[in-house]
Amino acid sequence: MSKTVEVRIKRQDSPNAPAYWTEFAIPYEEGMNVISLLQGIRRDPKDKSGKSVAPVTWESSCLEEVCGACTMVINGKVRQACTALVDQLEQPIKLEPMSKFPVERDLRVNRQRIFDNLKKVNGWVEIDGYHDLGPGPRQNPADQTTTYKLSECMSCGCCMEVCPQFTQVNEFIGAAVLGQARLFNMHPTGKMQMPERLDKVTEEGGIQDCGLAQQCVKACPKHIPLVETIGALQRDITLTKVLGALKK
Amino acid sequence: MSDKRVLIVGGGLAGLAAAMKACELGLEVDIFSMVHVKRSHSVCAQGGINGAVNTKGEGDSPYIHFVDTIKGGDFLADQPPVLSMCEAAPAVINLMDRLGVTFNRTPEGLLDFRRFGGTLHHRTAFAGASTGQQLLYGLDEQVRRWEAQGKVRKFENWEFTRLILDAEGKAVGIVAQDLTTMEFKSFPGFAVVLATGGPGLMFGKTTNSTINFGSATAAAYKQGVWYGNPEMVQIHPTGIPGSDKLRLISESARGEGGRVWVPRNKGDKRAWNEIPPAERYYFLEERYPLYGNLVPRDIASREIALICTKEGLGIGGRNAVYLDLTHRSEEYLLKKLGAILDIYEKFRGVDPKKVPMEIYPAYHYSMGGLYAGYEADSTGRLLKDSPLNQMTNIPGVYAVGEADHQYHGANRLGANSLMSCIFAGLVTGESVAALAKNSKTAEAPSSLLESERKSEEESYKKLLSQDGPENPFVIHKELGDAMSAFCLIERHNDELVKLQGMVDSYAERLKKASSLDKSGSGNMSAVFLRQLDGMITMSKAVVDAALLRDECRGAHSKPAFDNPAPSKETPIEDPAWTAYYEKFLAQTQTWLKTTIAKHDPSKSHPTIEYKDVDTRHLSPEPRDYTGVGKKAWKKFMDKRKATGAAA
Repeated sequence: MSKTVEVRIKRQDSPNAPAYWTEFAIPYEEGMNVISLLQGIRRDPKDKSGKSVAPVTWESSCLEEVCGACTMVINGKVRQACTALVDQLEQPIKLEPMSKFPVERDLRVNRQRIFDNLKKVNGWVEIDGYHDLGPGPRQNPADQTTTYKLSECMSCGCCMEVCPQFTQVNEFIGAAVLGQARLFNMHPTGKMQMPERLDKVTEEGGIQDCGLAQQCVKACPKHIPLVETIGALQRDITLTKVLGALKK
Repeated sequence: MSDKRVLIVGGGLAGLAAAMKACELGLEVDIFSMVHVKRSHSVCAQGGINGAVNTKGEGDSPYIHFVDTIKGGDFLADQPPVLSMCEAAPAVINLMDRLGVTFNRTPEGLLDFRRFGGTLHHRTAFAGASTGQQLLYGLDEQVRRWEAQGKVRKFENWEFTRLILDAEGKAVGIVAQDLTTMEFKSFPGFAVVLATGGPGLMFGKTTNSTINFGSATAAAYKQGVWYGNPEMVQIHPTGIPGSDKLRLISESARGEGGRVWVPRNKGDKRAWNEIPPAERYYFLEERYPLYGNLVPRDIASREIALICTKEGLGIGGRNAVYLDLTHRSEEYLLKKLGAILDIYEKFRGVDPKKVPMEIYPAYHYSMGGLYAGYEADSTGRLLKDSPLNQMTNIPGVYAVGEADHQYHGANRLGANSLMSCIFAGLVTGESVAALAKNSKTAEAPSSLLESERKSEEESYKKLLSQDGPENPFVIHKELGDAMSAFCLIERHNDELVKLQGMVDSYAERLKKASSLDKSGSGNMSAVFLRQLDGMITMSKAVVDAALLRDECRGAHSKPAFDNPAPSKETPIEDPAWTAYYEKFLAQTQTWLKTTIAKHDPSKSHPTIEYKDVDTRHLSPEPRDYTGVGKKAWKKFMDKRKATGAAA
């Protein structure tokens, strides 16, 4: 018998159906990751006992850890399936959908909330138009190092999955979205729109709901300094408020 | 305003650029995407975006960018759109900077530029090593701004399945399927923009994302949209072999000084660091002294593939060569290439700052695509605000981005794709606005919307009930392996004929395939039957067009019809040069043509036709990256002119 990889997958047939577990034994190949396991199941959709089952549904796109699509809980840790190398995982490998977002089918969840929240915090730089207005404002290369890091956020939701304050029933916008607010506040043009953005960030479900559990920063696959970012955003809010009060 | 709604299929750079421009011009937009648009394949582009901003005092100009692009594409691109793109490129980069893209800066705070393959200038703006991701996010944010204002509706996790055309053949809407509830819906709109990316997955494991089925392209093609230059697909020279996909090390690794080498002695079993410099064969540097490691992608790919398969010099006899950055300081590499080197380490478990990477060419990009037309002005540039720019042969249907056939000819220069996607997206925004203004827009009768929806739903139900012995994912793997083996790096007519038979057999087997999953929720397998049918349809166009094109041009390499240049040591008086140029002119006469594949419902294979290329600005000349043939070509042409022959 050739070498196999043991996998347990938490499945759910539709958004409101009950969850159940299925065990698989998938032929081993060198260099496998969790994606290639799921691809293996599709090519021979049978559970460990040999019974035919429906192939597993999951979400994926780039497989280079820059799109955020294939995020799931692997052996209890939320991460991207594409960078989860089989050789580095304890077996049986346990795959579960993220728990903070509603399940659509099997390992696929609905993360629309992240994108709605980006809308909520004015997650953009407002410019006058898309016609040629010459070069943009000069920017300090040191600032670019910070903004590039923030801008690597792929809205995967890892920081929300591990956040004790972020639940399916509350409104908290989560660390990633706060990081994006900080990013736009740092852009020379985006900075002009900071007061309005900060107002949005302090609305219901905003920055004040952060409990400083500091789990987000440990879970971020892009190593974005989320705790530091939330602190910087707090400072901006305080300064803007104090300055605003002084002006009055 | 519902009659002024634009339907944009695909939310990568091209689709989002079109959406934001259309909104600015007063239109309302529906965007359809198989994934949240932020997860589109554009995120995979690493290296940068080209525009001759000329901040390095090198005398670069948009015209030189144009010449490099046309030459790089072996003259197969229509020149007016390319000229307009290169002239607009600096402004496009400035726009992306203004809307917040985190480009790398110089100490003075200006945009920084790097050098890429196929050019001698620092022309490539970059944001770390995930420029595509950063550009996509910039556009995504702008579209979100319009969405917050109610001008954009997004249908994410929906798949386009069909155009709705009225009795005159004009686009009046689309049918799409919700990939969670599996329900079908019709959407009315006066213009449909297909910004659906490339069809890479027909080649199996590639550098493409798992959503690049090309099935939207196939659906439109089956309804009569022409497909241009299907045989022109690009291989990326520096892929990383992987179990699920072939990841990519950006060309910027060569741009930042990466050296490609193999052990000089066949069968050398030593580890890389035990091989002394004299016994390392830096074959690109030795064979192409002018461009060295920065030769264009097609040349690099072929040289790397052939040094392994024909010369047997691959590392340990395998299909792999070294891409070596270890002579650069770790600090430098982290700053310039951090993100892409991370990718290598993450997926291979080896630090490329300390150990040379192992790479091999991989399918990467399709220059070909849905036929996108244009209207030129008297100066040979795109006529501003013409509704015909980027329009396909079907009125009201546009193609843009990797999904279109324009801009790159027979081979794309690195960092030109991000520019072509955004530029053409912006142009398309203007085109659809012009269309809305200039013509009375057709409205879709609700009976037509419903009958088209119903027909798509019926087709899907049929797929869902399919219960044969074949597994569609297995057929796909075989298709990909066959396409990669016989239709990628080198093409031989006998193999292509064999491949045609294989592709036909996959089409037959698909009829006997099972949907594997009968569920009415998030069913990936039943829709895969449709996606695979699309891949097979488009692979027939690729293979047939490749078989017919008996020459070498750009990425299309058919050795039996090669016209190799005399070696660089050949004196320019030697008649070998004349013979070479005579043959070059004859091949140009026959083959400098855009391939047009048309679907014929009565046949199982496409009808292939040819269309002249618009070369009004720059006459074809042999591509020469060795620097020696330039004088010989000039002499040859001078002589021709002197003797009165037509140039």
